Amino acid sequence: MADKLDLNRVSMPKQKPRARTKNFNEVALGYSDANALAEANRCIQCKKRSCVEGCPVGVDIPEFIAAVREGNMPEAVKILKSKNALPGICGRVCPQETQCEQVCALGKKGAPIAIGRLERYVADWELKHQPDSTPEIAPATGRRVAVVGSGPAGLTVAADLAKRGHKVTILEALHIAGGVLMYGIPEFRMPKDIVQVEVDYVKSLGVEVKLDSVIGKISTVDELLEEGYDAVFLGTGAGLPMFLNIPGENLNGIYSANEFLTRTNLMKAYLFPEYDTPIKIGRKIAVIGGGNVAMDAARCALRLGFSEVNIVYRRSREELPARREEVENAEEEGVVFKLLTNPVRFLGNEQGWVTSMECIEMELGEPDESGRRRPIPKKGSEFTIDFDIVVVALGTTPNPLVPTTTKELETTKKGTVVADEETGKTSKPGVWAGGDVVTGSATVISAMGAAKRAAASMDAYLREL
Amino acid sequence: MYQIVNREDLTPEIHLFEIAAPEVAKKAQAGQFIIIRADEKGERIPLTIADWNTEKGTVTVVFMEVGKTTRKLATLKAGESVANFAGPLGLPTHIDKFGTVVCVAGGFAIATIVPIARAMKAAGNKVISIMGFRTKDLVFWEKQLRNVSDELIVTTDDGSYGLKGVVTIPLKDMLEGKEKIDRVIAIGPTVMMKFSSLTTKPFGVKTIVSLNPIMVDGTGMCGVCRVSVGDVTKFTCVDGPDFDGHQVNWDELMARQRIYLDEEKRSLELWQHSCGRR
Repeated sequence: MADKLDLNRVSMPKQKPRARTKNFNEVALGYSDANALAEANRCIQCKKRSCVEGCPVGVDIPEFIAAVREGNMPEAVKILKSKNALPGICGRVCPQETQCEQVCALGKKGAPIAIGRLERYVADWELKHQPDSTPEIAPATGRRVAVVGSGPAGLTVAADLAKRGHKVTILEALHIAGGVLMYGIPEFRMPKDIVQVEVDYVKSLGVEVKLDSVIGKISTVDELLEEGYDAVFLGTGAGLPMFLNIPGENLNGIYSANEFLTRTNLMKAYLFPEYDTPIKIGRKIAVIGGGNVAMDAARCALRLGFSEVNIVYRRSREELPARREEVENAEEEGVVFKLLTNPVRFLGNEQGWVTSMECIEMELGEPDESGRRRPIPKKGSEFTIDFDIVVVALGTTPNPLVPTTTKELETTKKGTVVADEETGKTSKPGVWAGGDVVTGSATVISAMGAAKRAAASMDAYLREL
Repeated sequence: MYQIVNREDLTPEIHLFEIAAPEVAKKAQAGQFIIIRADEKGERIPLTIADWNTEKGTVTVVFMEVGKTTRKLATLKAGESVANFAGPLGLPTHIDKFGTVVCVAGGFAIATIVPIARAMKAAGNKVISIMGFRTKDLVFWEKQLRNVSDELIVTTDDGSYGLKGVVTIPLKDMLEGKEKIDRVIAIGPTVMMKFSSLTTKPFGVKTIVSLNPIMVDGTGMCGVCRVSVGDVTKFTCVDGPDFDGHQVNWDELMARQRIYLDEEKRSLELWQHSCGRR
C-alpha cells in the first residue's frame, strides 16, 4: 500500500530522521509551489467526484484542486473553507488514505491524488498571504448556543452556527482552546501556532471562547439552558485515560499517555525549565499500545532525549491500529517495536520507582468481535525487561464530568453519550453531541463530520424556536 | 486574567490571595480546589479554596512558598493578575450532622479547614478544632478557626505557644477521653494526615483527609494524581480530594509526591539565580 501511494504522486519533503529526532519542529515540511502545481495537475477532474463523498465534511475537492491548478489561490482557500473551517489541521492529521484518497479514481491504476498534502498547501498559503477570507455571515438570529469543548468538534460546530447567524460561546476547561489538538497531538505533527490561527479564524466569525470553564463544575448543562442558551453542543471528547489495572501501575515513572503528552505538548515540558512544567527524562522507555497516540508518545520520547524507545503491543504488526504513515515515521526515527508482548506487572525499587516490567509472549487466535485476531498468552513465556519510564497508551473514554451532572442525558456502558448519527441529537431536548464523546476515541475529521451534521440539525431547531 | 484583589502575608512564607473569579465564587463549596497558573510559561497547580464571597465575586486561596511556582506567585502584589484560575474542582467535603467532629489542621492547611469547620458547625455538629504549627511565630488564623469551633486547641512543635508537640497528641487524648468522637477531618502535610489517620484507626473513628498529590489538568484527564484507596485506584482531582484516611496508601502517595523533586530543585535554583533571590 505504501509503495503504491508513492508510486507517481509528488512526495512531500520531510526533515531527515536523524535531524528531526533532535527537535520538535514539524516533520513534514509541506509542498513547494512547484510540488503543488505538479500534484494538482495529476487530477483528472473526473465526473464521479467520489473524493467528495469520501470526505466526512464534504469538501469540494475537485474544485479546490482546479483553483490550485489555475493559480487562483484565494479561490482555493474560499472553496476549502466553505466546508472546512480547519484546513491547516485536517491537511495534517486526517487519515486521507482511508477517506477521500481511498476512493480517488486515480487509485485504481496508480497513486491517488495527494489531497491531504494539497489541502495543507492551501492552508499554509493562506497563513502566509492572509487574503481576506471572511465568509458571509447570515443576519443575526438572536439565538444563543453554548458549545462545551473547543476541540475539532466544538470548533466546527461553532464556526458553522456562527456563519448561520447564531451567537455562539465555546466553554473550554483548559487554559487554551484546541482540545486534543493542543494537549494531545505533538508539535512536530500539528504545530500549535497553526491550531491557534484556526481558533482565531473561528473567533473572527463572532464566536466567543471562554477558557478555564469546567462544565459540570462551574455550570451544569441544565444551568446553561436555564441561563438563556437556546441549545447546547457537547464536544467534550474522550479525555479519561485507561490503565492496564495490573500490579505496580502506580509506581513513579508510569504515565498515562494523556499525562505524558499533556506535559510535553500543552505545557511545553520539552522546553523545561524555561517553561515550568517538568517531565521525567530517563534512558529506556516502554510505550504500551499500538495506536496513533502510542506513536506520538514514542516519538515525543525520542525528542525529549530517551535513548531507547520501545512500543510494546500485544498483537502483531498487521493489527497495529495506528496510521501506517505514523508507524513508518516512528520506525524511521528508531522506535523499536516489541510485538506480541503484553505486560503482566511492574516491578519497582524501594523509592517507589518503576525499574522493570514483566511481560508475557502472545500468539494470535481466532478473530474477536473487533475482527482482529485475538491475542492469547503463551503459557510459561514470562520474561522481564528493564525500563525507567513507562507510558500507558491504551486509549481513552469520555470524561464523566458532563454526563454525570446532566439530567436526562442517556449514556452507554462505555460512558459515551448516546446521540443520533445523522443529527447528533441526544436524549435531552436542546442538547446535541458529537465527536469522541459519542464514538469513543476516533479521528479529528470524524468528529468534525459529526459536528457539521449536528450544526445543520441545531440550525433547523433554532430557527423554529 | 484573574486579578488579585487582596493579598495578605499570614507568615513570611504563607500568603493569602483573594482573587476575582465571580463564577467560581458562585459555585465554591468547602473542600473543593482550584487550578492556578501564574503566567504563560507557568505550570498548573492545585490550591484548596480557603474562602469565597459570592457578592464580591472573589475566591480566597492560601499557599506556602515551596518551589518555583509558589515563590513566583508570592512575588505578585494586590492589583496584579494570574493567568488562569479554574474551578471549583473536586468533590466538596461531605457535610452532615455527625455529632462531634474534630477538625485537625497543620501549617497552611489551617486556611482550608476553616470553611469545613464552619460548614460542620452550621450543620449542627459540635466542632472541636486542633491547629498545629512549628513555632509561635508561624501561628495564623487562630481567631478565624476559634470563631467556627466550639473548642480550639493550638499546638506548637517547640512548645512556644499552646500545647507542646504535634497535633496527634491532643487528638489521641480526645479519643481516649469520655466524649464520643463521631468524625475526624485531618488536613495538612501528608505525613501529618498519615499519622492522624493512624492515631484514629484503633478507635474506629471515621477520618477524612484531603489529599494534595501532583496534578496537571485537575479534571480527570491525566491521572498523575492517582492514589490507592483500599484496593481501588482513584483520581484525587475528580474522586477526591477527600478520602477515608484509613484506606489511603500513604507510602505510595508520598513516593508519588516526590516524582519531580530533582526537576523542582533545578527549576527553583535557576529561577532564584536569574532574579537574584535568596
